[in-house]
Amino acid sequence: MTEVTMVKALNEALRDSLRDDARTLVLGEDIGKLGGVFRVTDGLQEAFGTDRVFDTPLAEAAIAGVSLGLALAGWHPVAEMQFDGFSYPALDQVISHIAKYRYRSRGRQSAPLVIRIPFAGGVGAAEHHSESPEAYYAHTAGLKVVVPSTPLDAYDLLRASIADPDPVIFFEPKSRYWSKEHGDLGANGDPLPIGKARVARRGTDWLRVRSRLLRRPRRTAPRSRSSTSGRSCRWTSTRSPRRSARPDGPSSCTKPR
Amino acid sequence: MGEELGRAVSDPDLESLGLKEEGLRDLFRMMALTRRADLEATALQRQGELAVYPPLAGQEAAQVGSAYALEESDWIFPSYRELGAAVVRGVDLVEYLHFYRATWHGGTYDATAHRFGYVSVPVGSQILHAVGYAMGAKLDGASLCTLAYFGDGATSEGDFHEGCNFAAVFHAPVIFFCQNNQWAISVPVSAQTVAPIWRKADAYGFPGVQVDGNDVLAVYQATREAAARARDEGIPTLIEAVTYRMGPHSTADDASRYRPASELETWKARDPIDRYRERLVRAGVADDGFFAEVEQEAGAFAARLRAGVIASEPRPVEEMFAWVFAELPEHLRRQRQEVLGD
Repeated sequence: MTEVTMVKALNEALRDSLRDDARTLVLGEDIGKLGGVFRVTDGLQEAFGTDRVFDTPLAEAAIAGVSLGLALAGWHPVAEMQFDGFSYPALDQVISHIAKYRYRSRGRQSAPLVIRIPFAGGVGAAEHHSESPEAYYAHTAGLKVVVPSTPLDAYDLLRASIADPDPVIFFEPKSRYWSKEHGDLGANGDPLPIGKARVARRGTDWLRVRSRLLRRPRRTAPRSRSSTSGRSCRWTSTRSPRRSARPDGPSSCTKPR
Repeated sequence: MGEELGRAVSDPDLESLGLKEEGLRDLFRMMALTRRADLEATALQRQGELAVYPPLAGQEAAQVGSAYALEESDWIFPSYRELGAAVVRGVDLVEYLHFYRATWHGGTYDATAHRFGYVSVPVGSQILHAVGYAMGAKLDGASLCTLAYFGDGATSEGDFHEGCNFAAVFHAPVIFFCQNNQWAISVPVSAQTVAPIWRKADAYGFPGVQVDGNDVLAVYQATREAAARARDEGIPTLIEAVTYRMGPHSTADDASRYRPASELETWKARDPIDRYRERLVRAGVADDGFFAEVEQEAGAFAARLRAGVIASEPRPVEEMFAWVFAELPEHLRRQRQEVLGD
């Protein structure tokens, strides 16, 4: 059992996907030689070559639209948006085309691609570098939205997202990039199902649902909270937020299992 | 044809085209079928059978000439006014018009069977798909190119510029085919852009060509050359086909509010179908018998289209849920249950 950061876990997920599926591509701004501004793609270009891991010109709409074209040609692109606040030029391609292609084509074509977006605050970042745009995507039919909260989760969910037949918007919480977890990547064997929540801690009296466990571990330790209240709390990470199907239901909530 | 075509390729020598007489006649036939289908679709909208329709009358040479110049393995990514290219690709127009009957998104035809993408309405957005597909094909070592259709208005969109730049950087085999029909709804091309459209290619480092878009043979030739450059050398080309939209932007538009009648008359005199008919007669390639035959065929073609559109029903409600995802997720399963009760 080793200790791994989320950045390393994501890097390994990309590496393993590139290795296992020769149709997987990784593209984005500065993701080649530099390894991405957060180093998530570190060493991938060296390992898999510039045909499969390549820097693009600085144009987010094109990164998304060209990824769709690549997917229509039978490739599985994993595109990186450099920051949450820079992802909006791509929204038209994501909403008007990527999300709709399977439906529009009556299932004949699809967009099996992943768009990775580092997101959210908690790291003292400036404007455009600390945004939480997941709701825009979660409210769009045809997209799956994934938010990991721990390194092992990040590995499993990114592999599952890349293997998924539908487009996945994959949000990476910047504040957790350097969080560490003990465990073996991929030890779960089967890919995690997208759309199911994770029970972080079992409890019986009340339920706490978070779309991401963003607070620092020291403050979010479930044990301290439940012990001071004297009641048992179930902590749940939704992993894949989406809009509520029922007006009376909690948003972004899947019943924990 | 005036100043706007000072440099354009026009009236190529028949010998240089590599087209047999049958091919030359085929081009006319497809332009004629397109014109009749286009008129029929416009009439169907006026009669309430289509929700909306964007007529292409006047642009038949630009569309048929370019689509006909491609190989079957090449992909076309159209915008929303490319019925003429759909005719060349053998797309069933009743299925195509499902989009305009508002009974399906993008049309119900199989894009992969015809290598003709779905109707794409957000202006210029399909350009990026053509570039991405071309990049993917190149990675596979396939010898094909893609062609993106768009209008003069689309050259103001970021997707156009980003697409041109990506294609150049990645040496993607793409033809950017701009039908400059002089108007983007009510805005004339003079208010859309200052530089001639074909010259924008200079900024990206690949060839730009201006062609007389009402000369089907010139369009055919320019597109053949661009396709060869794309497939053989990975060099994209921007083609500006100078043409004219003789109708309104769409059936919901009133062109008389912004367009002088005299301009329309000028361009009617340059009708691409009349012009090509004269050329074929002059070359001794077609006679009255051929033209009568085509007219009859076009009439039957339009009648089938009319009957097919009128007979086409709204799609069944369950299809609303069918292809949103590969597998229906739980929340959509519940919605489906609420709607269908199953």
